[in-house]
Amino acid sequence: MGRKTSAFNVVSVALGLAFLYLPIVILVIYSFNGSRLVTVWGGWSLTWYRALLSDRAMIDAAWASLRIAALSASAATVLGTCAAIALTRMGRFRGRLLFSGMVYAPLVMPEVITGLSVLLLFVALDVDRGFWTISIAHTTLTLCFVTVIVQSRLISFDRSLEEAAMDLGCPPLKTFLTITLPLIAPAIAAGWMLAFSLSLDDLVIASFTTGPGATTLPIRIYSEVRLGVKPEINAVCTIMIAIVALGTVASSLLAKRGAMRRERAALSAQM
Amino acid sequence: MADAATQGQTAGDTPLLRFEGIGKRFGPVVAVEAFTLDIGQGEFFALLGPSGCGKTTLLRMLAGFETPSEGRILLDGDDIVAVPPHRRPVNMMFQSYALFPHLSVAGNIAFGLRQEKAGKAEIAERVTEMLALVRMPDFGRRRVDQLSGGQRQRVALARALIKRPRVLLLDEPMAALDKKLRAETQFELMELQRKLGTTFVIVTHDQDEAMIVADRIAVMEHGRLAQVAAPSEIYERPNSRWVADFIGEVTLIEGMLADGAIETGLGRFRAAIPSGGKKRDTAWLALRPEKLRIDAQRPTGGELNAVAGTVFEIGYRGDMSIYKVRLADRSLMKVALANTSARGQASFGIDDLVWLSWPPEAGWVLTR
Repeated sequence: MGRKTSAFNVVSVALGLAFLYLPIVILVIYSFNGSRLVTVWGGWSLTWYRALLSDRAMIDAAWASLRIAALSASAATVLGTCAAIALTRMGRFRGRLLFSGMVYAPLVMPEVITGLSVLLLFVALDVDRGFWTISIAHTTLTLCFVTVIVQSRLISFDRSLEEAAMDLGCPPLKTFLTITLPLIAPAIAAGWMLAFSLSLDDLVIASFTTGPGATTLPIRIYSEVRLGVKPEINAVCTIMIAIVALGTVASSLLAKRGAMRRERAALSAQM
Repeated sequence: MADAATQGQTAGDTPLLRFEGIGKRFGPVVAVEAFTLDIGQGEFFALLGPSGCGKTTLLRMLAGFETPSEGRILLDGDDIVAVPPHRRPVNMMFQSYALFPHLSVAGNIAFGLRQEKAGKAEIAERVTEMLALVRMPDFGRRRVDQLSGGQRQRVALARALIKRPRVLLLDEPMAALDKKLRAETQFELMELQRKLGTTFVIVTHDQDEAMIVADRIAVMEHGRLAQVAAPSEIYERPNSRWVADFIGEVTLIEGMLADGAIETGLGRFRAAIPSGGKKRDTAWLALRPEKLRIDAQRPTGGELNAVAGTVFEIGYRGDMSIYKVRLADRSLMKVALANTSARGQASFGIDDLVWLSWPPEAGWVLTR
């Protein structure tokens, strides 16, 4: 503790942060620009946020994105939690290594490949592309993130809590619902938030699996930008950044709170 | 192994609990082997052994978390091996206490009754009763992480007792407590057991703890039963060198059986010979440090066994001093001397020539 902050450290942190966040900060500032020209500063104003409210297409796209994110995050949370339970609780079943490899593959798979392969599947199955296909593809994308988060919580879970519940007359399924689930709920919630954020800002997979009538917000923004950047876009992006940032912060806070509570419990157990 | 000698005194006619030829293997590892044991109603029974001797595995088989590879476990005469943990009339107190962190103290204690769909009023009444029993009447609404280690231990105990189990299983219940609190808790536990009359089965690696709390002790070695008897029986009349050495301090002298004596490299010592022992069989004389006398001159007394040596090391423990005395064959013999006089017992120093003596009945002859 009490490590000295040298000038070198301060500069490297500042440079790193600037590299990461300068473009975003500029975008946020320009979303409050009063001028119609993107590159000219015309004073603070909420004009573009007001303009956004009357942009029917943009609001529809945002609504579609939110619905897809909520649906795919929920599906990914259920499936990802099941996968995490199988990986931590079923012992060394046949094909466990293959299974864990396959669960984690989407983490490192280029999105273009995931998108293309899901598209090929939908074409082969002759499914109408749209809301449902994007939701399914996003579930595929985000499931592994949920699994990682829930699995790490399950690994540190004290199994004797479940044994104690069963010992006191609680059947196995009820034990899972009344003991295990409440205790891993913060991790599951964190997984859901992360999945939601990932789905909300995905462009690549969505553009592969979208169809007529199902335009998500990133697709909408991308297609508008190709005709030139309108200040309105800055406003949309700022709102999205806010939502995603809130989601990510909430998810890490949830995970941290669980870890802190466990630490405190462990600490006071030693006293 | 189930002969009368290893079983010691059996309590009652029909045992509450019976292990019948229990074996448990984890892959190639044998955790428990050919284990047969009876435990009577109302006993405070200890499973004692070094870590890895299979005692915890036995307890977990009783609770239903492990299934024996072979053998039967009878509770009131019924085989319970196939009964899942949540339907067994036994409750366990875990080493980690395993209190539910998302429930209050009262919520933890009530958990077992809630599973029985007991009425609200009954639950409240029994929880109050349990809190009073473990002397924590005002702690019901506390969160578990606001409790000290000793308080958690008592909540865990109350939670395991509220269903009035036929058998209470205790897995190293005092391992997490400091020494002073552990001593207090041991006596509280004994008092509680006497008051409730419930059968307690405790697993521990701490021999002092087992001797203090238990009516009978089963000493386990590598998954097998080494000896079952009352604590004093195990201490005074162990059935093997391993048990003698595991329980308390002991000096073992190898020799051959003779007529009313044992012939050793240090001389011939009078001792009671075990009934099955034949002359010239290899045997060991076991001597407890506190049963020896230490003198500057050879003590007189016809029956006394005596051996000379020099003081090699003195360990001062406050209430007593442990002398290690080097004998003629370079082996060390431990002698304990109570420091009863206010002047202290520093009458012997390092390298002093001393005589160690003991009456014939103080030695115990072992043949294995």
